[in-house]
Amino acid sequence: MAHIKLPEGLPGIRGAMAFRPETARPLNDLVEVLLHAPNSLTPGERELIATYVSSENDCYYCQTIHGAIAAASLNGDEALVKQVKHDFHNADISEKLKALLVIAGKVQRGGKHVTTEDVAAARTQGATDLEIHDTVLIAAAFCMFNRYVDGLATIQPRDEAMYRERGKWIAREGYVNVSKEYLPAEAAR
Amino acid sequence: MPHIKLPEGFAGISSGFVYRPETAKPMRELAHVLLHEPSTLTPGERELIATYVSSQNDCYFCQTSHASAAAAHLGNDWGLTEQVRQNYEQAPVSDKLKSLLTIAGKVQQGGKHVTAEDVAAAREQGATDLEIHDTVLIAAAFCMFNRYVDGLATWQPKDPEMYAKMGQHLATEGYLAPSIKA
Repeated sequence: MAHIKLPEGLPGIRGAMAFRPETARPLNDLVEVLLHAPNSLTPGERELIATYVSSENDCYYCQTIHGAIAAASLNGDEALVKQVKHDFHNADISEKLKALLVIAGKVQRGGKHVTTEDVAAARTQGATDLEIHDTVLIAAAFCMFNRYVDGLATIQPRDEAMYRERGKWIAREGYVNVSKEYLPAEAAR
Repeated sequence: MPHIKLPEGFAGISSGFVYRPETAKPMRELAHVLLHEPSTLTPGERELIATYVSSQNDCYFCQTSHASAAAAHLGNDWGLTEQVRQNYEQAPVSDKLKSLLTIAGKVQQGGKHVTAEDVAAAREQGATDLEIHDTVLIAAAFCMFNRYVDGLATWQPKDPEMYAKMGQHLATEGYLAPSIKA
């Protein structure tokens, strides 16, 4: 049971967002820019960063839904998503993404863990300042989202098919569009 | 030196905001709703929660700028912001705020640390569901802001006057207004 009375039938962050549409709007706007809007990092790469950080924070809802969105963006490759969560160093991803995942993992533990060497290593693999910035902010933002979802003890059903279907939908439509489903009309846009 | 090339003359999160306006906008709006817009928790109480979490995350810029904003709301009571950071249980704040700070401290460690008992204790002191929600989200949001500021190794000058000016600006204008240069 959730710690506070949240609207029923809305798992994970959706219940919390429907409870407080005033904060839901900027939260959706932020994740839309970070994960869905055009970027030199693909949506699949950015969703893998979000999934990895959520997995390090042990947030079931977030790692499962973002894992599903990542897979939907990567030709349905769920095995790759699992591998990134468990051991990204040996996953079939670019060296650049590995270097960014190292930075994201440091941010998850705390901002001061990121070293000049971590950033230099990412640059050597071709990462730009903007990509490094967005990696830091994606990792930081998921330290918020994960705590929000678990800190309220939201309902997090163990229903893989549900996450898979929503994952495809969000990968296609983005966060702001999908939020219209569970937010009151005046808060969604 | 910051890890990436950020605009010069802007301290802490302001440099990230000026660098990337697309993400700055929702982050500012979120902070504005959580800390500045009308709420049954006073702006001073909410800034104390933000200050406490930023202190637990050891983020110099965030804890100092939000302590300044808290002090500006609370009759320039700097001692209180210090005491809340060091030992809020003994600080002259309401028992309700103490129970919300306990929840915020648990969220800082990780969302799963918050227990049904923590929430029941806050309710006993009169906290509403909305106040508990906002406490959880303020604490979670500062786990983002703090990591953003330190993860980019932003410039964080040790200049009390700059933070006092910034705190006054935040307390009166809120978080939507453009960043001021240090």
